[in-house]
Amino acid sequence: MTIVFWILAALTVAGGLAAVTLRNTVHCALAVTAAFGGLALLFLQLDAQFAGFAQILVYIGAVAILVVFAILLTRGSETAEHAVFSHTWLTGLCIASAVFGVLGWAVLRSVNAIPQEATAPVVAVREIGNALMSRYVLPLEIVALLLTAAMVGAVIVAMHEKGDAK
Amino acid sequence: MVNTLDQIFVLLQHWIVGLLPAVLQPFAGVLLNVVAIIATFPALFAIAVLLERKGLGRMQNRIGPNRVGPFGILQPVADGIKSLTKEDVVPFRADAVVHFMAPVVLVVIVFMGFAVLPMGRNMTLVHMDGALLFYFAMGTCTELAVFMAGWASRNKYSLLGAMRAVAQMISYEVPLLLSSVTVVMISGSLSLDRIVEAQNQYTWGLPHWYIFTPWGLLAFLMFAIAATAETNRSPFDLPEGESELVAGYFTEYSGFKFAEFFLGEYVGMLSISGLGATLFLGGWSAPLAVLNFVPSWIWFFSKVMLSIGVMIWLRGTLPRLRQDQLMNFAWKFVLPMTLLNLGVAALWRFMDGGWLRWVVCSAIVLGTYVLVGRSEMRRRHYGPRSYRYAE
Repeated sequence: MTIVFWILAALTVAGGLAAVTLRNTVHCALAVTAAFGGLALLFLQLDAQFAGFAQILVYIGAVAILVVFAILLTRGSETAEHAVFSHTWLTGLCIASAVFGVLGWAVLRSVNAIPQEATAPVVAVREIGNALMSRYVLPLEIVALLLTAAMVGAVIVAMHEKGDAK
Repeated sequence: MVNTLDQIFVLLQHWIVGLLPAVLQPFAGVLLNVVAIIATFPALFAIAVLLERKGLGRMQNRIGPNRVGPFGILQPVADGIKSLTKEDVVPFRADAVVHFMAPVVLVVIVFMGFAVLPMGRNMTLVHMDGALLFYFAMGTCTELAVFMAGWASRNKYSLLGAMRAVAQMISYEVPLLLSSVTVVMISGSLSLDRIVEAQNQYTWGLPHWYIFTPWGLLAFLMFAIAATAETNRSPFDLPEGESELVAGYFTEYSGFKFAEFFLGEYVGMLSISGLGATLFLGGWSAPLAVLNFVPSWIWFFSKVMLSIGVMIWLRGTLPRLRQDQLMNFAWKFVLPMTLLNLGVAALWRFMDGGWLRWVVCSAIVLGTYVLVGRSEMRRRHYGPRSYRYAE
């Protein structure tokens, strides 16, 4: 637990909290981007270069932009008049803490379940590529097919029918 | 002597760091490198701006700036003083925090890309295993800064400019990445140092640059198109088309914040030119084996400035595209060509060396280009503009 970890953790948590408490939707989107960035830096701090850069590339470069576009196109960018807390916040808090508890318990248990290695393994991008292209090639292909199908579906939904009245 | 000149900056850095106490040395080494980058590229930015104003003036048959200093060469200094002393106007309705953060975020992100570019032999700031991935990860973040600027200004021209810019950058990022992937396929590494090393070999005194292969030439052309679009340069300068949108996403910025956007744009151009030179033009390696006595950093920076010159030339030559032409060009021409090029590069990788692979790969590349060009020419018709998604 170095000081860098605590700074990054504070950044990530603050971004996440701001994303749910701010009133303006675009501010929320920007705050969640800061949280994504903090997560990516946490990956980098753990020497997981590929995961960190992929996080930035996918979440900040694509997901955040998509979120922002969706907000602007649906005219949700006006600031809310009243407080953003909904009536069911207590239930939400319970569910969220339950999920957090289960995940934390699982992570803490896994320390004993998996044999400890003396030194941290060095994972280069080359090894990740080899693993993706040999052992995990079937899941990779399935994900690719799923994403392509989703994209084609989105285009079909957005397209006009032929002869459709304007 | 030759070696000393080649390594002069590295030796200088070691000498300065050696003067300090041992505790400070690692920290001071990094700080010194960062300061060098932050000092060098704004200086090149000033040269590029002057080159652009004088060069464009020459192309448009006028003189260009000629008042400040001999032949107007001190014009960038005057521009700098002007932007520093101007009043910083923030619109009343603007979102003050985001409005302030947008130019800062843009400039910081644009400078991050230089961390991994090899600017000479042993002159890379951070030796990273996934350097190319890092570069593109930083490149995608600029879109967010552009959006922040456009949205926070509360100005319809700003917002429209930002939307155009983001749509254009997303569209051209795909071919930019796909054309770079071919280099990774051939060199087998994401590290830019390795990619330059792989190109730094000579046969009969001629270099092994990737641009001198069929797939490399196609990838370089597609990379250059996508890079021009990514930096919002003419002919892809719709986001800041002054006849339509005043100045696009930075309409509501004045004084030093405007200068920061200007700096961000030009440093982005320098950075993407540096990446193009590294991937396809051999980075810091000399164009002929006999020219190896010239220091490596001179080669890198001359390649970068040459690309800047070509970008200025393009700006003085080509008219601006229309939004639908821009999108059609990206998705119907550049993207299919880069996808085809992936196949060609794979073929090149797995065919034995020799003249056969040159013939086969060149035939595929040239044949497809001619076929696509012919069919596009035949389908070309000048009818009324159709608005499909914006009735």
